[in-house]
Amino acid sequence: MTEAVIIGVGLHPFGRFPGKPAMDMGADAVRLALADAGVTWPRIQGGYVGSFEVANPDAIVGKLGLTGVPLRGVFNGCATAGTAVALAARAIETGEHDLTIAIGLDKHPRGAFAADPSVAGIPSWYGQTGLFLTTHFFGMKINRYMHDHGISHETLARVASKNFRNAAGNEKAWRRTPLTPEEILASPVLNYPLRQYMYCGPDEGAAALVLCRADQAHKYTSTPVRVRSTSLRSRRLGAFEVQSPSFPVGEPVESPTVDAAREAYERAGIGPEDVDVAQLQDTDAGSEIIHMAENGLCKDGEQERLIAEGATEIGGRLPVNTDGGLLGNGEPIGASGLRQIHEIVLQLRGTAGPRQIPGTPRVGYTHLYGAPGVSAVTILST
Amino acid sequence: MTTTQQPVAEGLFTWPPSVSEPLRLIGSECTACGLVSFPAASDCVRCASDESKPRLLADRGTLWTYTTQNFRPPSPPYDGPETFEPYSVGYVELPGELLVEARLTEPDPEKLRIGQDMRLTLVPYAVRDDGTEVMTFAFAPVEASAEAEEPAGAEDFAQAEPVEEEAS
Repeated sequence: MTEAVIIGVGLHPFGRFPGKPAMDMGADAVRLALADAGVTWPRIQGGYVGSFEVANPDAIVGKLGLTGVPLRGVFNGCATAGTAVALAARAIETGEHDLTIAIGLDKHPRGAFAADPSVAGIPSWYGQTGLFLTTHFFGMKINRYMHDHGISHETLARVASKNFRNAAGNEKAWRRTPLTPEEILASPVLNYPLRQYMYCGPDEGAAALVLCRADQAHKYTSTPVRVRSTSLRSRRLGAFEVQSPSFPVGEPVESPTVDAAREAYERAGIGPEDVDVAQLQDTDAGSEIIHMAENGLCKDGEQERLIAEGATEIGGRLPVNTDGGLLGNGEPIGASGLRQIHEIVLQLRGTAGPRQIPGTPRVGYTHLYGAPGVSAVTILST
Repeated sequence: MTTTQQPVAEGLFTWPPSVSEPLRLIGSECTACGLVSFPAASDCVRCASDESKPRLLADRGTLWTYTTQNFRPPSPPYDGPETFEPYSVGYVELPGELLVEARLTEPDPEKLRIGQDMRLTLVPYAVRDDGTEVMTFAFAPVEASAEAEEPAGAEDFAQAEPVEEEAS
């Protein structure tokens, strides 16, 4: 089977852009990715485009060129971008296309996501009585995790502080004001133990990747980034997941992140010990801590020491969310995972500027998690 | 003053609770594999059977985890009062049955503790324009001292309070 490599990346800044439609942001990201790859739109043979708010994201061809290209819309909650890149890579791996594109774009209104629970197959009373908030799950999951594994409130604050500090060195990030752990701990509690500055916010942005066959990469770039594996898994019965009015008693079942990570490592022939830089879904500071362990990057409870030692800082042993993560960038759902891959590609090329990690990183890891209990992992390498 | 009450949804808990039919959550049990579900579900997510029977769930459990809600949720879908009072939510483990997500009556996270004993109750989470209180299920911490003082068999009377309020 042919291997897919990334030859171009493009990122529209994340944040708030009044008057600018998501589609325009997406087109900008695509043009940046095409220019980075040194190819023109008419040469793209197929692609996948993801969005939550845009009903018909494949209409982006109206801004890029009506070439007849098969462009398929995809959606998998917060794992949408993981799906887009997986399918774009798959089209190359199976020989369907030689040159593909993955695009993500979104533009969310301010505030917490709101919807009728019936769209998630949940009865109306769950929303009426104030239970249908994803932030509850994140508060409850880290509260239990802190109880079981000895994680402190200070560690939550250190994670958020790191991500805002990393975002400060990223001109395309949304939240670029550094905050100290003390300032973060002084912000209001939203969902105990999580505070205002420990949560990411929905925002706007777009990202795109151009991929090609590995054996043709030399025509475009001297620094191709290999897509070593992709994996997407949904929740299993017994796992504690977002938007669950109940779940079964018994031994806890592992989250879809554990399942997706295991599968992705196996397919890649790469172990967690080989990962040089990681982008983990940090919907909140607690999620980053939990996801370090769920992705096999440490043992449960080790985060307390690792984070205190600075292991996840840009200069640390395992840098996490070097571009500021979701805390620093916000979450335009369709684009979020491609933003993660954009950062890994810069890191593996050695062109991440003030955020560049030291040494010669060879393996990068990205992870998404969201409703209704879905997780996507992509492992990349030089 | 007469206070009229109504449940937020039919078939969610016994209504109106009484001495003969005390407050319980109404779940279901798969007739093929025995999986307990809440809210009641005809389809089994373990064995894919589509046959189940109703099952009244335990009214006692232990707090598995919790959080607070310190900002007013977006409306819709939330239809609680405009004047927002923070509340808390948690998962309560009903032994041998399931873990259920619910409001908790204690809003202060410092007074909640993983593993503590909890008891099912009802709370008026909203008041309609005509004064009708809309009731939903919640769990209340069982105070160790109150538990000791409470004679066996008195629980049903304690849980019948909403009906008595309705009648007063």
